Amino acid sequence: MQLDSKVPGGPLSEKWDKHLFDLKLVNPANKRKFEIIVVGTGLAGGSASATLAELGYNVKTFCIQDSPRRAHSIAAQGGINAAKNYSNDGDSVWRLFYDTVKGGDYRSREANVYRLAQVSNNIIDQCVAQGVPFAREYGGLLANRSFGGAQVSRTFYARGQTGQQLLIGAYSALSRQIAVGKVKLFTRRDMLDLVLVNGKARGIVTRNLVNGNIETHAADAVVLATGGYGNTFYLSTNAMASNVSAAYSAYKKGAFFANPCYTQIHPTCIPVHGTYQSKLTLMSESLRNDGRVWVPRNPGDKRHPGQIPESERDYYLENKYPSFGNLVPRDVASRNAKLQCDQGKGVGETGLAVYLDFKDAIQRDGKDVIAKKYGNLFQMYEKITADNPYETPMMIYPAVHYTMGGLWVDYNLMSTIPGLFVLGEANFSDHGANRLGASALMQGLADGYFIIPYTIGGYLAGTKLEKVSTDDAGFKATAEDVKTRIQKLLSIGGKRTVDDFHRQLGNIMWEYCGMARTAKGLTKAKNLITELRAEFWENVLVSGSGDQFNQSLEKAGRVADFIEFGKLMVLDALARKESCGGHFNEDYQTEENEAKRDDESFCHVAAWEYAGEENEPNFHKEALHFENVTLTQRSYK
Amino acid sequence: MTRSNGKKNINLTLKVWRQVGSDVKGRLETYQANNISTDMSFLEMLDVVNEELIINHRDPIAFDHDCREGICGMCGAVVNGRAHGPEKGTTLCQLHMRHFSDRDTVIIEPWRSRAFKIIKDLVVDRSALDAIIQAGGYISVSAGGTPDANVIPVPQEAAEKAMDAAACIGCGACIAACPNASAMLFVGAKVSHLALLPQGAPEAARRVLKMVQKMDDCGFGNCTNERECEAVCPKEISITNIARLNREYIKAGFL
Repeated sequence: MQLDSKVPGGPLSEKWDKHLFDLKLVNPANKRKFEIIVVGTGLAGGSASATLAELGYNVKTFCIQDSPRRAHSIAAQGGINAAKNYSNDGDSVWRLFYDTVKGGDYRSREANVYRLAQVSNNIIDQCVAQGVPFAREYGGLLANRSFGGAQVSRTFYARGQTGQQLLIGAYSALSRQIAVGKVKLFTRRDMLDLVLVNGKARGIVTRNLVNGNIETHAADAVVLATGGYGNTFYLSTNAMASNVSAAYSAYKKGAFFANPCYTQIHPTCIPVHGTYQSKLTLMSESLRNDGRVWVPRNPGDKRHPGQIPESERDYYLENKYPSFGNLVPRDVASRNAKLQCDQGKGVGETGLAVYLDFKDAIQRDGKDVIAKKYGNLFQMYEKITADNPYETPMMIYPAVHYTMGGLWVDYNLMSTIPGLFVLGEANFSDHGANRLGASALMQGLADGYFIIPYTIGGYLAGTKLEKVSTDDAGFKATAEDVKTRIQKLLSIGGKRTVDDFHRQLGNIMWEYCGMARTAKGLTKAKNLITELRAEFWENVLVSGSGDQFNQSLEKAGRVADFIEFGKLMVLDALARKESCGGHFNEDYQTEENEAKRDDESFCHVAAWEYAGEENEPNFHKEALHFENVTLTQRSYK
Repeated sequence: MTRSNGKKNINLTLKVWRQVGSDVKGRLETYQANNISTDMSFLEMLDVVNEELIINHRDPIAFDHDCREGICGMCGAVVNGRAHGPEKGTTLCQLHMRHFSDRDTVIIEPWRSRAFKIIKDLVVDRSALDAIIQAGGYISVSAGGTPDANVIPVPQEAAEKAMDAAACIGCGACIAACPNASAMLFVGAKVSHLALLPQGAPEAARRVLKMVQKMDDCGFGNCTNERECEAVCPKEISITNIARLNREYIKAGFL
């Protein structure tokens, strides 16, 4: 199968407008004849559901949590980028586009990224109109701050709760559509499979998490906005319920999975402190605006940070990258933290941490100013660690945070399955091999408010859709498959809990497919995962039954998918014999330990096609063409 | 302040509310939580207890949770009579075991309110809160066609106050703590968030009337100034928002 990105021709800056004009329209009266399923209520799913309903489509929206307001977009702290140039520091759509392509280490699609930068400004307008309480200057206009990988201030924020406020904006728009009956909401539902009819996505199978009922839902198109797969690593900054199962079920049904090895390790998280730990907590990147990252100059220096004099501290980011300093992109910051710890300069009990120090900022601006900017983050840090960051430097270490890979989509955000659209973190399209800070919120809302509402119309207007019903054989058979798998999970009755398996998978992934990878390690991981999968299906212990509220069963299905998916990540990492962004293979690095790309052989999207349980997936390639930026060794010096 | 006095591991007796479903009677059951690291969060402590229950073929304790960083509002239980436990301004997931002492007895119960049906153990149905938002907790703008974001200046103080109110995570602790199971802090926070901003003004009257009506329909009680809600709110949302709700409500009645 030849992958067709459907990127329109013409100059970069005119592609989207031209495409909008070329897309077929569904007239307002006909829109109400179409049903659309949206799975997920984060920024992408929430905004898509609301907007599609506003246009007149009938929308059925599903979420795992008890309320659509709780999706994990809510935890995003720092901000959202837009090319408004309100700071008058030389920003433009072109610059946001360029920074994002460069930040992604030249592994994203130019046209998608340019469109993202174009609509970024509409997002801010939209959110302000909805009542999102962004930070403001004394004059009443919007305030901005800086984020990694950019030399302009283009990040809009609502204290350290930007994700929460944007999500509440989308949730309120969604609530308004629920009230008028255009959206039918299904909470506490797990999407367990995708239903295809004549090769098109026409419905889903869900489990009602309250009573265990297996339900089927039919529609004219299905939109997945189910987030990323960071929890493959067990420990990540993702929420506990974040999972890959919906996307993975689509993959098994024929949707190609693109660049699964691209995972973002966020540099500023609270370090791991015990085996019982269930998740990791991020400290916003915005802290690097004012915090200075350092380690002791001498390995093994275990003195209290206050006793280490200036001359014996190494502000390694400022020294190595004078032009970006502490605001280098995430992949660079993470790798350098690891490098320092590998050299024995790590701090704290485990030696797996570096300092993020606010002493100079507090001296310069005063405690009040710092508290106003980061108060809630400092408080959160203190709650978890019992240390006061106003007095002692924070200790931070990288942790799995975001996944740039995802289901392959074309310019219309449609996967290789006709009628299956994928938005937000669940798709692969805009961030290349590394996402810049404050760009996830931008992409989620761009996809939901300003892209899918148009492109889905083009599909619906241009496709012959036969009538389907959940009584059709395809729906019944898929529901049966789901039930069989649940019964299988419940009947194994082994000796190890689901979490126990998940933890082991996480260790394998972090060790061999984490911040630094090698062919040898990845090959080992592949075998370890194969063994783990075999053991899981013989020895897992799931409590309770299928016809009740059963969190152990929910988790079991998710972990079963994580295990298989972990192998796909490893295969992709093995196949990409270069380093780029979040994929760092130690065999491919510059003399200064930076990621060394191989544009000759790997300037492409790797898209994997499922080929059955026992077979390795088929590899497909979408070549990336750069017509507007020159590929260079990324430099932040 | 920590209570564990530097002790790294503690043993606790838990008395946990177990209830299979809304139509079945529940009861407190006793469990031992041994060798609990004081660095653990409360939910991680429950994870440890649950792992042991599962291994021993017993039913694990059901509890809602998701982000585990205090922002999604999914978690919550009444711990020793206090919603979200003893620490001020803290969700249950951000409560750490260093705030407990060795050999403490800890009583864990679900949110209790007429409007919140128990689904299982500590899991309750809070969809009434969504219903209140659906009744009017928004500004009616559709995607597209909005003016440039800087067209309407918002005084910094108003934006900050709106943000204070908008920080509500919709966890329901305020209702669980209130002797009347009133949702006035929840409703007041949303009404304030939108009423404090110029964008929210056109619909202010309609919004407050509809939300209050829905709140009453859902079976939530009235505010009698007990201030319990403010005391347990993990985001420390002030009851001045209830005063503002009342003012907005009266104002709307005169229109």
